[in-house]
Amino acid sequence: MGYCPNTEKEQQEMLSAIGVQSVEGLFAAIPAALRAKSFDLQQGMSEFETYDRMKGVAGKNSSDILNFIGGGFYDHIIPAAVDHLSGRAEFYTAYTPYQPECSQGTLQALFEYQTAICRLTGLDVSNASLYDGATACAEAAMMSLRVTGRNRILVDACVSPFSREVLKTYLFNLDVEIVEIPPLDGSLDRAELGRLLDATVAGVIVQNPNFFGTVEDFTALADDIHAKGALLIASVYPIALGILKSPGEMGVDIAIGDGQSLGNPLSFGGPSFGFIAAKKSHIRNMPGRIVGETVDKNGKRGFVLTLQAREQHIKRHKATSNICSNQGLCALRGLIFLSTIGKTGLAEMATLNRDKAEYAKSRLASISGVKLLHSGPTFNEFTLLLPRSSTPVVSTLLKKGIAAGVPAGEYYNGLENALIVTVTEKRSKSEIDRLAQAIQEVLQCN
Amino acid sequence: MEYFFSKEHEWVKISGTTATVGISDHAAHELGDITFVELPQVGKTVKQFDTLAAIESVKAASDIYAPVSGKVIAVNETLENAPEVVNESAEESGWICVLEISDPAEVKNLMNRASYDEYLATL
Amino acid sequence: MQLIYEKSIPGRSGVKLPASDVPTAGALPSALLRKESAGLPEISELDAVRHFTNLSRRNFSVDTNFYPLGSCTMKYNAKVLENSAALFAPFHPMTALLPGGEEFCQGTMGMLHELGGILAEITGMDEVTTQPLAGAHGEMTGVLLIAAYHAAKGNRAKKRYVVVPDSSHGTNPASAAIAGYEIITIPTAPYGDMDLELFKKAMNDEVAAVMMTCPNTLGLFNPHIKEIADIAHSHDALMYYDGANLNAIMGKVKPGDVGFDVIHVNLHKTFGTPHGGGGPGSGPVGVKKALIPFLPTPRIVKSDNGKLSLQTSNKGNIGRTANFFGNFGVMAKAYAYIIMLGKEGLIQVSEQAVLNANYIKAKLKDWYDLPYDMTCMHECVFSASKQAAQGVHAIDIAKFLIDRGYHPPTVYFPMIVKEAIMIEPTETESKATMDAFIEVMIEAARQAESDPGSFAAMPVTMPVTRLDETKAAREQNVCCLE
Repeated sequence: MGYCPNTEKEQQEMLSAIGVQSVEGLFAAIPAALRAKSFDLQQGMSEFETYDRMKGVAGKNSSDILNFIGGGFYDHIIPAAVDHLSGRAEFYTAYTPYQPECSQGTLQALFEYQTAICRLTGLDVSNASLYDGATACAEAAMMSLRVTGRNRILVDACVSPFSREVLKTYLFNLDVEIVEIPPLDGSLDRAELGRLLDATVAGVIVQNPNFFGTVEDFTALADDIHAKGALLIASVYPIALGILKSPGEMGVDIAIGDGQSLGNPLSFGGPSFGFIAAKKSHIRNMPGRIVGETVDKNGKRGFVLTLQAREQHIKRHKATSNICSNQGLCALRGLIFLSTIGKTGLAEMATLNRDKAEYAKSRLASISGVKLLHSGPTFNEFTLLLPRSSTPVVSTLLKKGIAAGVPAGEYYNGLENALIVTVTEKRSKSEIDRLAQAIQEVLQCN
Repeated sequence: MEYFFSKEHEWVKISGTTATVGISDHAAHELGDITFVELPQVGKTVKQFDTLAAIESVKAASDIYAPVSGKVIAVNETLENAPEVVNESAEESGWICVLEISDPAEVKNLMNRASYDEYLATL
Repeated sequence: MQLIYEKSIPGRSGVKLPASDVPTAGALPSALLRKESAGLPEISELDAVRHFTNLSRRNFSVDTNFYPLGSCTMKYNAKVLENSAALFAPFHPMTALLPGGEEFCQGTMGMLHELGGILAEITGMDEVTTQPLAGAHGEMTGVLLIAAYHAAKGNRAKKRYVVVPDSSHGTNPASAAIAGYEIITIPTAPYGDMDLELFKKAMNDEVAAVMMTCPNTLGLFNPHIKEIADIAHSHDALMYYDGANLNAIMGKVKPGDVGFDVIHVNLHKTFGTPHGGGGPGSGPVGVKKALIPFLPTPRIVKSDNGKLSLQTSNKGNIGRTANFFGNFGVMAKAYAYIIMLGKEGLIQVSEQAVLNANYIKAKLKDWYDLPYDMTCMHECVFSASKQAAQGVHAIDIAKFLIDRGYHPPTVYFPMIVKEAIMIEPTETESKATMDAFIEVMIEAARQAESDPGSFAAMPVTMPVTRLDETKAAREQNVCCLE
């Protein structure tokens, strides 16, 4: 097994061509003292038994939970074409397009992906994808350090707590100060930002919609930030960009986000992809692979990996990032999703998300004792204030098969009663009504 | 005017208190088609053999070191949009920057053209 | 081929959305809305299907071509692994992070925990985190763990350097730089491994770690590895194992046994998960006991009664390296691969991978220079220097191979070999496939002698001929303007 095709006879022929007696002879360079003393794994099995085992593993998870949770990953529709087209083995069993002539499929797809990201974000340049939204946030922060030559990052604490944790992990050993701005009613505390913003700041990181679901306009802020010579970095939710003002329109310098919502299944947290787009002047400070358009010897259009002198295989420790690969297949899924949903479809899908969430918001906020954290605009997530801690409410409802939302108190001090609820286009009115009913019942119980 | 060369393949041409700096024809040829020259900031001061600028081709990236100490007083802005000039004329119109030098005696740490050619032959 | 945007017709659409069953909400304030919809394609589903199907046909891939791309382990990926991963598509990662949520995710958490245990056994480590999302991400995680280890001992400021051999992957120094380390590079000796004497001279108490790939990027196993580890440890420097080449040694050597303290494993290479045109990968990191306290959170722990739970905070650890639990879908494939092959199957994988590489090496060494001529492991590195003297470079031989339907080997890496041609056949290729490839390689060598001028025009069978990379880098057209 092991999908090793060569027969005993063929192996013998190969060994004699090499001039050794046995396969073991090929490992003679490894001193006996260094050999593995044990290799304690189980016996193998057929693919059929393997698949059954995997079904057994999956079966130990609850598969019938009604989801009202987001937190960076969202339960959205995926057109069947996404699976079928990204499932073409010519895409998924290829690798990084080092040899452009026999990789034009991947290269053109990535160029089209970069174009889609630029058009969604309203920015000039995109790379060919990063690992995920959280690592993209860290990469964007490091980009701002390089561009400005400064070493201070301001982060709105309304940015996903996961992204903020990853940011801290990445920058911990560098001479960089990260200052978090505590939320004010689920929004950026602009007065506090104004107080902290000075000529030592490299980048300011915000998120739209933010972790509480709040939608904001950062246009005026961008001017203030630029006046101090700093960059504005915005983490965005690509589905929301179907209707929301784009980072480019707001004057954002670097836009980042997680591409999971674009045609990638939840899959217990990955793989998805991170995207990063920026103003053209920052292209040399971008991390990761970038595909560029060019021509062949006959003047015919073609695509290649470009600006590779930024990257680790050439610049080693001076590279713009340590990233080598990208999330090519997930980015391809994102492109196929955006191509089939299309220009008007994405706007309609975004509107549908908001309509459902607004219905849920009014339904849930009308439960006795339940309020909204604030009255400001939201997209498909919003934050409720329950009359008591949301943590036991969530765990009780989970036992009834409803993931009612994310308890904000797990991530923010002083918001123990807050519950962040997500409603995508996949949730029906009756499911939302069921959630409202269930929350009402739980709150009445005590 | 005489050119002096460093082991890292920079050249310098000194005229009074100023020095014009670039990379040698040999270096430009080795790098291949140059795609980008990261020019230094005017006003930057450097010590001899410190990193001064950087240069990129399709498949390589290289730092450019200051062949002598000094302060950058001019940069070749043509290269911003036409880096290929370095390939076409590395030792004339492909100059990188002009330094106001602080210590003319430092040329003793460099090679003249004949020695540089000998050095190239050993590589 | 046209870009998908060039096929767009205003008003056309590919997907019908579900009808709304809720009232229409009032509009958002205009200051929050975009002026125009994003310029995405407007095409039918069939337009999309034709476009992407035809694009896919412009790729070489493992399923269509022999793909001996050195250092990348382009083995065949069994189809049942794809089906296995698809079983997990519906599971939301946040469920596990909700209060009481672990109860509902015992399957996925259990699989990650068990995979960690299996990888620990294969690599000789004590614990594994599955969070890192790719090989380079694993390297960075590993170096951050090393930094945290030294910091906990009060040595963060003192330990300033990371040592790498000059044959290392560029990601090694790049990852060390993110952790704030300066790099010391050790040259390769004529015997094909890091120069032991120069290494000894370079080592001192300020070195935090030594990063090695073993077998190295020349495909050679370093017989001095234990000695290197002992020297490193005598300076309290930790040994980092770049697992890119693990496919050569499963069941033969465990990095943990020979002195390595931290390892990342490229699941997409060794454990049969496809490379996806550049990703997603997965880069779990294994560590020895002393480093366990610093592992990233959330950490999956198993209690005595077999229940899995999440440890979400851990004082003094490196924090979180990615959004959730890593690239779960990739790990599901790797896990299925490992349980399907089992102990004997994995050992056979390494044996056959090494046999195949040595076979190609033996058959081609009369035709191409072999700068380090010794028994290789899973890959062999030739030089086209003989051909280059005729004006035919490694890249030209690569283009010759494309015209014959082969994805070229890795060329110009490792950088310490001039005109490098790095061939990694993997264990899944048959002797017949390799014999045909060998014939074509020999033909290329012959043609380099007889008609060196003929290579410049190659390839001629592809949708495009050689592309102008200089133009691409100078003009930077990376997106199609509206």
